Amino acid sequence: MYSEKVMDHFQNPRNVGEIENASGVGTVGNAKCGDIMRMYLDIDDQGVIRDCKFKTFGCGAAVATSSMATELVKGKTIQEALEVTNKAVMEALDGLPPVKVHCSLLAEEAIHAALWDYAEKHNIKIEGLEKPKADISEGEEEEEY
Amino acid sequence: MIYLDNAATTRTAPEVVEAMLPYFSELYGNPSSIYEIAGKSKEAINKGREQIANVLGAKAEEIYFTAGGSESDNWALKATFEAYKNEGNHIITTKIEHHAILHTCEYLEKERGAKITYLNVDENGVVKLDELEKAITPETILISVMTANNEIGTIQPIREIGRIAKEHNILFHTDAVQAFGQIPINVDECGIDMLSSSGHKINGPKGIGFLYIRKGVKIRSFVHGGAQERKRRAGTENVPGIVGYGAAAKLAAETMEERTARETELRDYLIGRILKEVPYCRLNGDPVKRLPNNCNISFEFIEGESLLIMLDMKGIAASSGSACTSGSLDPSHVLMAIGLPHEIAHGSLRLTLSGDTTKEEIDYTVDQIKVIVDRLRSMSPLYEDFVKKQKKENQ
Repeated sequence: MYSEKVMDHFQNPRNVGEIENASGVGTVGNAKCGDIMRMYLDIDDQGVIRDCKFKTFGCGAAVATSSMATELVKGKTIQEALEVTNKAVMEALDGLPPVKVHCSLLAEEAIHAALWDYAEKHNIKIEGLEKPKADISEGEEEEEY
Repeated sequence: MIYLDNAATTRTAPEVVEAMLPYFSELYGNPSSIYEIAGKSKEAINKGREQIANVLGAKAEEIYFTAGGSESDNWALKATFEAYKNEGNHIITTKIEHHAILHTCEYLEKERGAKITYLNVDENGVVKLDELEKAITPETILISVMTANNEIGTIQPIREIGRIAKEHNILFHTDAVQAFGQIPINVDECGIDMLSSSGHKINGPKGIGFLYIRKGVKIRSFVHGGAQERKRRAGTENVPGIVGYGAAAKLAAETMEERTARETELRDYLIGRILKEVPYCRLNGDPVKRLPNNCNISFEFIEGESLLIMLDMKGIAASSGSACTSGSLDPSHVLMAIGLPHEIAHGSLRLTLSGDTTKEEIDYTVDQIKVIVDRLRSMSPLYEDFVKKQKKENQ
């Protein structure tokens, strides 16, 4: 069902974890459809992404796309990171089954959400970045069990 | 491989395969023909029919072979509706039926003008009998409630349901695909008018099932074109399939007591170990009114498909009610019906044992589950939030 690359990134995910005092953190997805991704960015004064980590609740494809997305944005400038689209993530993974394409969209959204958080914290505007959908951890707090 | 997905399908028993083989190679005659090998085929399907009827306390002529459980369910519902629609258009079923029932009900609702009541179940997945009684109207022609659920293993009070159906002169169909051969079922004692079953769930072959239809129930032919199955289901009989199914049913009945006692003990050991050794998980389904081989557990903060892939990498075959394994974005309708929140339904794992499952296999599986659940939680943002929240509360 999955490509070798997807399986590799699922079995050995790169950059799993948290970054303390991260420059930007973004969480996307929702528990209803079963995928939640959180992306942490460490961005230096020159606007280069020094480090990137993730945590994901989701299927094999969700874990693999998160892992690949962190690989693709690491070492990039903010503008370059914005060009990491879901298509780029999918291609880097040698494709995804059709029902899993939404996972790659989630990975793109997660990068954008983390960059948006960075921009807000630093009171700057990033050209070409739109406000991502609401952070799920805020909206769904009341529904906790 | 450790195979713990026996609710999906089972290994065809060697003695079943052996019984079937001659009907591929030497005794390949069409049972409807008149020469000698055809007569042997005819004898063979009669024997298979009898072997199955014996398990249910039914008459051989009340067993109608089909291609499997889904066909039997479709036939029971659609043909009953067609035959009885002048008496009423209302069917009562439950929210936790197999899709072969639920999707057929949706079809009858949309295309044929049927009215369907989907009964709720309690938190253990047991149908609410008071709701059933209240749902009955003068228009009700059929009650269809599964004998046992395929996902959470809950066994339904079919004897009581059969009694209620009789009191109101309503037909009672039960989908016994998971229950036949696993628990004793007697069609007379349970007041069953129709019953669906499938061969490959009881160590029989795939592609063969039956619908039991009580004598006197006037449902019509589902497949037209020949006189087979008392003109109710045309098509040359699946002779090897029927032979294998009969042998499997006989075997299942003969070994039932000993096999299921062993399975129940192992099942409870499995459930007990997981609940004791893995934090933040819950058993789905009734702890007692439960199929002997079914274990269904939800692990909080993790997603089922990831769990399945990791188990597969350790050589363990299992299944899940997560959305990812159903091909849609919604988790299992059964887990939703018993009231699980989405995120907990996504983290469900179903392990279904067989008569061959060993304690060593169960121990290895639990050991692997512990490691995998830990690993997936360490990657989960939901678990991260939970731990941080706990820390805050403890400060």
